[in-house]
Amino acid sequence: MAANSKRASRASSFRDREYSPTSVWLGRIVVFVLLIGSWEVLSGRAFNAFWLSKPSLIATRIVDMLKDGDLWFHMSATLQEAIAGLAIGMVGGTLLGIGLAFSGIFERWIYPYMMALYSLPRVSLAPLFIVWFGIGLSSKILMVVAMVVFVAFYNAFEGMRNIDKDLMDMMSTYKAKWNHKLRWVVLPSITVWILTSIRLNIGMALIGSVIAELVGSNRGLGYYITYSSNMLDTTGIFTGLVLIMAIAVVLEQCVLLLERTLLRYR
Amino acid sequence: MAKDNQPKLSIQELAVEYRTKGQRTVALEGVNLDVKDGEFVSVVGPSGCGKSTLLKVAAGLLQPAAGAAYIDGEPIEDVPDRVGMVFQNDALLPWKTVLHNVRLPLAIKGLPDKEQVAEATRLLKMVGLEGFANFYPKQLSGGMRKRVALARTFAYDPDIYLMDEPFGPLDAQTRVKIGEQFLHIWESVGKSVLFITHDIEEAIALSDRVIVMTDRPGRIKAEFDIRLARPRPFYDIRFDPVFKELQKEIWAQMSSGAGGID
Repeated sequence: MAANSKRASRASSFRDREYSPTSVWLGRIVVFVLLIGSWEVLSGRAFNAFWLSKPSLIATRIVDMLKDGDLWFHMSATLQEAIAGLAIGMVGGTLLGIGLAFSGIFERWIYPYMMALYSLPRVSLAPLFIVWFGIGLSSKILMVVAMVVFVAFYNAFEGMRNIDKDLMDMMSTYKAKWNHKLRWVVLPSITVWILTSIRLNIGMALIGSVIAELVGSNRGLGYYITYSSNMLDTTGIFTGLVLIMAIAVVLEQCVLLLERTLLRYR
Repeated sequence: MAKDNQPKLSIQELAVEYRTKGQRTVALEGVNLDVKDGEFVSVVGPSGCGKSTLLKVAAGLLQPAAGAAYIDGEPIEDVPDRVGMVFQNDALLPWKTVLHNVRLPLAIKGLPDKEQVAEATRLLKMVGLEGFANFYPKQLSGGMRKRVALARTFAYDPDIYLMDEPFGPLDAQTRVKIGEQFLHIWESVGKSVLFITHDIEEAIALSDRVIVMTDRPGRIKAEFDIRLARPRPFYDIRFDPVFKELQKEIWAQMSSGAGGID
């Protein structure tokens, strides 16, 4: 009897060490204050504030933008592109991964080409998309899709390959049809992988939308950054970066929340 | 009604080969085996002798290289109806609660929700887990998980149980407890069982017949009829002189030839 290779548990011991939440959060706040504080203090003293701006200037700028409506005007554009592209790319890539894993030899034909496309620096496709679809929303969404679809595909595909074969055999012995297998075994098995790919892809989606905006657009945070850089307005550039970061953090927290509900059983 | 002399499961001149990286391994060769309706048959043998492979063929999960397996005289091609498999590692769905795991075969059969819950609850009570319906498998001990897996198979209510070292990963004490409980339930259900184990005592205590297999390629080396009265005390039967004698004979068969165990 072949030894049943038990799947190594994903919970590695060194990451799961327990610390009290207060010590974790206190440490985080200290790191934040140290970084931002030294930036604030050193800027204008150790180096010229014109090149590196200042946290207080950035904060003032955000408040100003909030007042005159610029903040929402640019942020909403970027957010819309990123989320629409993320949704399309995640669904498409995941379905492709599941489908290809089920497709037998077809997978062997397609896989190397998927990987070849993946290794393409997709950022360089942005000008092409703008030629095709203009500077509006669709070229940006397409760019985001191009950024996220491969990670989604790859994670779903690897997830499929890691499905516990005993569980599939078990379903077969109960004469389960494919839709039962999909709902009870396949989708729950790859949920971990899909959540990981969403988390990785939040950053990718923002890169995609901002790059596309840098190349050609008339709104969005990427546009705001290029515009500011043309004006030699470093505070504007940093403000754009801070806002992108804020979006990423908020989206990431949403996914964490989703993870907590979906992976309760662990 | 099936004729009394027709075996529930019949395996004839079975050979199974594995192919990995161009290498051909013969797992089973020339295996003949019948399990009669209501009979409890155990297969013992050294690790790697293809015992589990035998079970996978009977479950329709593996295609033989030669020979065939029949259930009620019908050749097994796809997964046959009314065959229940108990896996060595339980094969519980970690993302489903105990209740939902036990409901699974009933949900696949398409029973109404209410009946599913009622039946699953009844079976959980039978295996002594009534308070654990809403627990996830991870929250249970190995012995409890095993009982959930058994309850799930009982829910499917197969005509033949295929059990792949089901009590293997358990500690000695839990093993005896679960074995006793299973024997008790089985004696009231009375369905056929093909039971794979490497534990001779467990095999004798449970079975009507014990089959000894040789090392790879697996062949049947000897067969023993276990003429011990039922219902049996699963643990105390071990002190019966007939039991002792059988144990000695089976051990002699297992350890002779094949280069010896030590």
